[in-house]
Amino acid sequence: MQQRPEIELKLISDPMYLCGARELVGCIARRIGFDDMDCSKIALAVDEALSNIIRHGYNKVFDKPIWIGISPIKPSAESIGGIVIIIDDEAKQVDPCKMKGRELEDIKPGGLGVHIIQEVMDEVRYEKRDSVGMRMILTKRAPRPEESPRLSDRKATCAIKPSKSHSRN
Amino acid sequence: MAHQESAFISIDRPEQGIVVLAPTADIDMSRSPDLRTSIRQEMGSGIHKMIVDLEEVHYMDSSGLATLVEAMRNASKSDTKLVICNMNQKVSAIFEIARLDTFFSIVVSRDEAISL
Repeated sequence: MQQRPEIELKLISDPMYLCGARELVGCIARRIGFDDMDCSKIALAVDEALSNIIRHGYNKVFDKPIWIGISPIKPSAESIGGIVIIIDDEAKQVDPCKMKGRELEDIKPGGLGVHIIQEVMDEVRYEKRDSVGMRMILTKRAPRPEESPRLSDRKATCAIKPSKSHSRN
Repeated sequence: MAHQESAFISIDRPEQGIVVLAPTADIDMSRSPDLRTSIRQEMGSGIHKMIVDLEEVHYMDSSGLATLVEAMRNASKSDTKLVICNMNQKVSAIFEIARLDTFFSIVVSRDEAISL
């Protein structure tokens, strides 16, 4: 069972509020200890996730709900800390295993969002919520001080099992 | 030098046949349609070079990238050179993530873009 996020933001699916979501995520990531470039990339990943929900999930209907939950991963003996971002919506459900980025060799407009999210974050997980909508869980771990920021080779994972929806009302 | 402004895009014509589009804010899903419109309008105005100056763009998402990819394709069809300049590190990073950093003609400054 997932713990309740330490920070929650509810917004409507209007692109004009993407900037606010980016600022919030970037600021929290900075406080957690990510460097400036990583903060920008984490904010980018969230922006791409929200844009995909607005564009494909809600078909550009701009008054639908989206929830963003943010929690730090606290440093421990096993972990160096990081950030977990959970994005919930009430959009149409899709098979999580079909959420894949396209091949980049074919240069064409669009379709880059999923690829960017997967490149930036360490783990990307899609789930169906139990009643309606999708959940995306993004995880990024802070680099150890001696490590320089890098893009690691992560793959998205998917879960068919419906996730418990938070009580959002 | 002719100069005009759209909603968030400054448009300059430093020389005959050259247009410079300079967005004055971050480019995301809410603003890329304006950029696309400006690019389309200018692309069909008889120019031979279009410069997109990103000096005041501190953030761009994939909708901005898609707009520029479409612009590049249209530029190729209309014998127009498309050059991007003044890109900061964070914006440059998204081009690298999308592996588009070698697809575009990218230079450091507007002057360099004009003289290219």
